[in-house]
Amino acid sequence: MSIRALPLYATIAIFLLAYLICYIQFPAMLSTRVIGNLLTDNAYLGIVAVGMTVVIVSGGIDLSVGSVIAFAGVFIAVILRDTGLHPLVVFAMLLLITTAFGAAMGGMIHLLAMPPFIVTLAGMFLARGAGYMLSIDSVPIADPFYQMMQRAYFVMPGRGRLTLLGMIMIAAVILGMIVLHRTRFGTNVYALGGDATAARLMGVAVGRTTVAVYAFSGFMAGLAGIVFSVYTSAGYPLATVGVELSAIAAVVIGGTLLTGGSGYMFGTLIGVLTMGLIQTYIVFDGSLSSWWTKIAIGALLLMFILLQKGLLRLRVSQ
Amino acid sequence: MKGVFRRVAPQLFTLSAVIVLVSMFFPSFWQIVYVNDRLVGIPIDIVKRGAPVALLAIGMTLVIATRGIDLSVGAVMAICGASAAWSIDQGFGIWAALGIAGAAGLICGLWNGLLVAVFGIQPIVATLILMVAGRGVAQLITGGTILTFDNEAFAYLGSGTFLGVPVPAVIWVLTGIFFGLLVRRTALGLLVESIGVNLRASTLTGINSRVLLIAVYMGSGFCAALAGIIATADIRGADANNAGLWLELDAILAVVIGGNSLLGGRFSILASLLGAMIIQTINTGILLAGFPSEYNLVIKAVLVIIILVLQSPRLLPQFAVLWSRRRTSPQTKTLRAAMTEDRP
Repeated sequence: MSIRALPLYATIAIFLLAYLICYIQFPAMLSTRVIGNLLTDNAYLGIVAVGMTVVIVSGGIDLSVGSVIAFAGVFIAVILRDTGLHPLVVFAMLLLITTAFGAAMGGMIHLLAMPPFIVTLAGMFLARGAGYMLSIDSVPIADPFYQMMQRAYFVMPGRGRLTLLGMIMIAAVILGMIVLHRTRFGTNVYALGGDATAARLMGVAVGRTTVAVYAFSGFMAGLAGIVFSVYTSAGYPLATVGVELSAIAAVVIGGTLLTGGSGYMFGTLIGVLTMGLIQTYIVFDGSLSSWWTKIAIGALLLMFILLQKGLLRLRVSQ
Repeated sequence: MKGVFRRVAPQLFTLSAVIVLVSMFFPSFWQIVYVNDRLVGIPIDIVKRGAPVALLAIGMTLVIATRGIDLSVGAVMAICGASAAWSIDQGFGIWAALGIAGAAGLICGLWNGLLVAVFGIQPIVATLILMVAGRGVAQLITGGTILTFDNEAFAYLGSGTFLGVPVPAVIWVLTGIFFGLLVRRTALGLLVESIGVNLRASTLTGINSRVLLIAVYMGSGFCAALAGIIATADIRGADANNAGLWLELDAILAVVIGGNSLLGGRFSILASLLGAMIIQTINTGILLAGFPSEYNLVIKAVLVIIILVLQSPRLLPQFAVLWSRRRTSPQTKTLRAAMTEDRP
């Protein structure tokens, strides 16, 4: 058992423990219905967190994703309303736009030697502003294809529904695992996050990797936008404010170091599910106010960071 | 003095350029009139509306100079505003309210500082915790509602005037001068810069970097408390959800536009304050110019990108080359002329 993976095991253990506590209090929590809803409700967050994991492992940060999701929703809704294009064509156009947008941010980060924080902050303004320019109102989507996608699900034993959205999220996580853990690009990302100078000296194409990292995050944000628009059947430029922070929090809870160079894609999935679990618990309880979600997530973040810090110290002393 | 001017020259130039741009769309920009014991005009409005970001930028400059970042200031604003409104609601009076809000800001800063300096957590993560949880805490204080209050003395801090100047503007200017003197008339500024350049070396030379780091984060928390008090007094109510929302990003932007490196080291509070005014002039200018409000963010983003590109560390040396070429000595000019003549 490698010590590097300890945060991942700790994350999984805490998730299972939290689920056990919830189960003892509310036995209904362990039904496939709750699990199915957990996947569906957090699908967009999970997808965007996959992109964020790659960015954070590379030592960067992407603040633009929440705005990109909102832009995606408005873009799809407006195009579907004004033209007769098939949703799948619109999806392809959108993914192209968001991927190019991410790549442009990556290019700026590399060429201008600007901190990712600032460049993606400007990107956050730009994407949300672009959403506003398309429409300042919430635009409903009434495409028959959308209704079909919303109704697409498998019935799991126990009558829980594994929806299309949940399946897309799981597919995105698997894709992320392959990209990050099984490709040369993924290895380059780890090298870049570990030490950019050393990576360059070892022959990693730093510029190309940086551009690809942010392009991947842009693609995932676009995909999350599609999922979110199916989930809500509308596009609204004020939607998903602050999702980038939830995504970052999920990645950190999932055991990825914000300094870059270390982390697992699977941990991010657990991080997203842990955050979803807190919300589900608060809904089940019924008497807790919604702000306890924020405080609980903050406390979880603190716990994980201190845990990682302790493990890191353990590794150094060995 | 000359050194200070040279340092802030790019920001002054940017600010003038933005003002000229706004004046073109809105010619009566400079009209300032004195009515009802207060100055009224667009520049006055800009220095008033820019107060929260300017205050946050003061603390943020110091934090960024230590190679840190403080994401929690917006949430701290909400906490401090909520505690001030709560104390007034309980009938403690204005001084107690101010004291409690200030103390709340200092405690938040202490929390961040402890996480960074003692536990050695990366500043961006350490302050992310309070950023996420802080709004929950503020909602806990207000009980999930917008706590309104009726207290003229407290409302004066947000909407009153002092000698015709809006009080928020007076507060941020005084705070800026206070922090400026504190770091430049003592060695503190130098020590903060040295921590930002090399924490380990500074510690080894005998700087008590742990205490200094905590003090810097507490300073940032205190500035956030002032900003929170102004925001709360301005609307006469504490809105835990929206007070200071995303202002941490504007504050960081102000510091970066002020030419301070996110990698720590040398800093200028004056330049950051100019950065805050640049941002506010852009915000106000877009509204004045009569663009539909949905264009605001795009225009702001484009202007910010232009400013950042112009100040980019990669491009700056090339501008310097261009600049020196323009002011070349006569010898080089003749030399260059001779060289070009030789060409076929």
